[in-house]
Order: sequence, then structure tokens, then C-alpha cells
Amino acid sequence: MSQTSIRTARETYSKPNGIVRLLRQWDIQLMVLPALLFIFLFSYVPMYGVLTAFQDYSLFKGFLGSPWVGFKHFEMFFNAPVFWDIMRNTLVISLLKLIVGFPAPILLALMLNEIGNRTFKRTIQTISYLPHFLSWVIVSGFVLSLLSTDNGSLNILLQKLNLIEEPINFLSMPEYFWGILVTTGVWKEIGFASIVYLAAIAGVDPHLYEAASMDGASRFRQMFTITLPSILPVVIVFSILAIGNLLNAGFEDILLLGSNPILRDVSDVLDTYVYRIGIENSRYSYATAAGIFKAVISVGLLAGANYVARRSGNSLW
Amino acid sequence: MKLSGGDKVLSVTIYVLLCILGFTAFYPFWNAGVVSFNLGTDTMKGGITFWPRAFSLENYEVVFKDKRLIDGFVISILRTVIGTVLTILATSIFAYGMTKRELIGRKFYMIACIFTMYFSGGLIPSYLLIRELGLMNSFWVMVIPGLISVWNMIIFRAFFMGMPAGLEESAKIDGSSNWGVFFRIIFPLSGPVLATLSLFTAVYHWNDWFAPGIYISNVDLLPIQTKLQQILNSNIMNEQMSKMDSSASSHLNQMRSVTSKSLSMATMMVATVPILCVYPFVQKYFVKGVLIGSLKE
Repeated sequence: MSQTSIRTARETYSKPNGIVRLLRQWDIQLMVLPALLFIFLFSYVPMYGVLTAFQDYSLFKGFLGSPWVGFKHFEMFFNAPVFWDIMRNTLVISLLKLIVGFPAPILLALMLNEIGNRTFKRTIQTISYLPHFLSWVIVSGFVLSLLSTDNGSLNILLQKLNLIEEPINFLSMPEYFWGILVTTGVWKEIGFASIVYLAAIAGVDPHLYEAASMDGASRFRQMFTITLPSILPVVIVFSILAIGNLLNAGFEDILLLGSNPILRDVSDVLDTYVYRIGIENSRYSYATAAGIFKAVISVGLLAGANYVARRSGNSLW
Repeated sequence: MKLSGGDKVLSVTIYVLLCILGFTAFYPFWNAGVVSFNLGTDTMKGGITFWPRAFSLENYEVVFKDKRLIDGFVISILRTVIGTVLTILATSIFAYGMTKRELIGRKFYMIACIFTMYFSGGLIPSYLLIRELGLMNSFWVMVIPGLISVWNMIIFRAFFMGMPAGLEESAKIDGSSNWGVFFRIIFPLSGPVLATLSLFTAVYHWNDWFAPGIYISNVDLLPIQTKLQQILNSNIMNEQMSKMDSSASSHLNQMRSVTSKSLSMATMMVATVPILCVYPFVQKYFVKGVLIGSLKE
């Protein structure tokens, strides 16, 4: 009897119950709880809000008062005449961006690695990182100006080279749009994306290069037999992330460069469609349904890519 | 070590390719700058590429006399300063709390945070939330929703956890509270990570044009980037209109030497200069910052 009371006394002393412990560490809880509340409000509440996709949401009735309609908006979206156009644009644009935009920074890093002159290397790095820090508004301004029919530099160049007679209005011709989009994206991000690969290359053991050059391997050969295989794990991790982002064909760039309605057939992707239908036309429920569709496929792609990568021994998680 | 013939070819090829790349990266800036310093009516005659032909500050005069643009500039600065200071402060306090081993619920909190990095409600539910919160058309809509960044929290946390534990212990022995330790020891010693994340946050705030575009309709509250976007957009419209009715627009252009193109170039330069000013000083930090970020991925 006395033994048990001692034991319970010791337990309550050494391990006070949850509430008491929580109150004792009020100071550190105060550091995290407001932030967590914030995350709850701005991340978790919208996640719950996706349920508006199953409603006929109206601003006047609010979330709680709007009627439930099941999968109506999903069916409408899948049967919409633009659905296949949007899917094609989304996939083609993001695949093009992946095929061109993914190897480009790796190539840049490989080339920068071959440069012995430090000043030259630094200069190229500084110039090529810079566009990453510019807003898409500025970048689109550059593009509009360079491609303008009104003495844009590209038209001037092509005319001087006698390749064309009349200036081409690049930004109102659907056949050029994808190319412009991909080029601009690469221009903006190539330098910044190369930072990671340069760091990976810097970590390669220099003895490997010495041994290779002893054996008579040229620099070009060393690039492919030493540098590339050494940074392969980094490349794989980034390619998984890129595949998970496959449906993010772009948003700001397409909104800004493809604002011309003539281009809509080739420029409309899932994200811009959600924006246009949802915000500009105020069809909230329908746009949310399209958004959910995109999110579900993205998660599937990421999981699939990770599965393949785990097979090869380079998993994300 | 002597270079072999093949290596020389490779080396020259790489130098040439990088020169071309450097040129294409640099030319758009240079050309926009040149056009902004050239007389608008002269630019219309064409051929402006590397150097202003009729140097003029008139475009900038017009920009700096335009009250709407100056207002936009002020709003952008206010937003960037307030947004960056508050975000960095709130996120670093949060991150410091999350380093504490004794924090009850730490694991759950962390999972709840990481979950938001992979899943989100998307554009429309967030938009409706902002509406219901009554944040539409307020300056704070540009600051509040981004106040806590999970990504930055994780980077801060990794940095704090890498600091020697002795620092904290000795301060505790001297009687500092947890908050005291954070503000007197941890925060002042976090220079590099503070610089990197402040840079990224500030660039985000300076460059964001989309959120104000959908949440704010009051023109006086729009930052410079959103105003610039509207100007560029109306330029496209004008270009299309002028095709149909060229006589009217050329008449308009004769009245002044500043054209819509030269004016928007000058505005673009004004909106870019702050970034160009900060950029060289923080370059060494952001390279480090990117690497911390990618390690955490």
C-alpha cells in the first residue's frame, strides 16, 4: 500500500501530465503555435475548401450555404470542347520544357567547369544567374521588345541577314509560341539551375581526372566518363522533381506572353485555364474541379517517378 | 600540362559557346536600357541596338513625373521592406521553436508543415479564403498570406541546429529565457542564412505582380510590377489597334517625343534597378543558400 503510493507519487513528480508539461513550456509553444495556426489557416483551410468543386458555390451563399452537386463540374470539365486542347498544351509545353530546359543547365555547368580563366568564368556566371531574379513581367517586356515588329532586334537581325523581307509578328503566330516560351524559360533559369550541378562537379575527386589523363583520356572523354557519372545521383534526384512538376507547364510566363487571344489554342494550359475560368469568369466550383484534376495527376506522377527511381536506388524519400 | 589538339578544339568551342550565351543573356538588358535612354520618336525610326542614337532623359522624366508610377514604386518598396522583415522574423522564431527537443508535439507539427509543401488547396480555394477573410483590396493581402514559409523554416531550423549547443547552454546558465537566447544569441549569429533568405524573400516581394493583380483593384495600392504588366498589356492592345487605325496613332505620336515603347522600357529599367543594386553584394550568399535548400530536398 505504502509502496504503490510512493510509486505514484514519484511518477506524478517525474512525469507530470501532458497539460502541465505543456503549460510549463508555454514559452517555446508560443514560438510555434501562432505560426502553426497561420499554416492551418492559409494551407489547410484551402485544402478543405477544394470541396467547393462538388458544390455550386456562390459568393452570396458562402461555403456553408451553397448546394452540393456531386461530380457535375468534373463531368463538365471532361466533356468541355477545350479539354483535349488544354491537356495537349499542358503536356507538350511541359515536355518541351523538360527536354530542353533540364539538360541545358547541366551542359552549362559542364562547360563552365572546363574554363580555366577565373574572371571569365565569374563573369559568365554573374550574367547568367541574373535573369532568375527578374520578375516575369520584366522578362516578358524584354521578349515583347526584342520580338516586336516595330523594330524589334530579332526582326532587324533577320532582315539584315536577308532571311526575311517583312518583319514577322512572332507573338501573334501560334506556330512560334511554344518555341518562344521554352527559349524564354531556358534563358531565365539556365544559369541559376546550373549552381547545383557546379557544386556537385566541384565535389568530384580530382585524382580521378589525373588518373584519366595519365591514361590518355582527352578532356572531352573525361567529361563523359568521369564528370557526368559522378554527378548522376544529383541529376536523378532533380529529374524526379522535374517529372513531379510535369503538369506545371508554366503560369506567369504563359499569362504574360500568351495574352493575345489568337494564341489561346496553343497557350491555354491547366493552370491558366483555372485562372481564367475561376478568377476572371467567377466560375469558382468549375475551376476548382479542374484544379483538383491537375493535383491528382501531379501526385500520381511524382509517386510514379519516385517508384522508378527507388528501383534504381536513388529515391527521394 | 600541354593541351592536346583535341583539347584545344574543345576549349575554344566552349569559350565561343559561353561567349554567345553571355551575350544573349546580357543583350536584352542592354537593349532595353539603350531604348530607355533614346528619344522615343527616334527609336520609332528603327535600328536601335547597341547604342543610343539620340540620347535623351525624357523618358525617365515622364516616368518620374507620373504620380501613378511613383505611387507604385513606393508601394513596392513598402511591401518589400515590411513583408521581408515580418516574414523573416516570424519564420525564424517559428524555426527556433521547432529546434527544441522538449517541444511537445514537435513531430506532429513537422509532419503538418511538410505536408503543405506537397499539397495545397490551389488557386481558387485560396482566393475564396482571402475574400472571406476580408483581405481584398488591402495592402496587407501582399504581406500576410506569405508570412510563414515552411521552406524557409526548414532552412532556418537546419542552420540553428548546426550551431554549437554550448552557446545556448551558457546563456541559459546566465539566466536567459528561451526568447532571450533567440534574440540575443541565435538571431545575431545567423548572418549568412538571414542574408540569403532575406534576399530570396525580398526578391519574391519585389517581383510579385500576380497576387496584387487578382486581390487588389484599387489602383493606388498596386505595386510597380503589376502596373508595369498593365502598361505592357495595353501596349499589345495598342499595337493591334494601330494596325487598324494607324493614322490616328501616328498623329498621337507626333505630338510628343515619348512613345509607349520608350516609356515602358524606362519603367522596366526603374523596376529592375533595385535588384541590380543588391545583386552583386549578395551573390556569394545566394549560392550558399541554394545549396542548403537543395540538400534539404
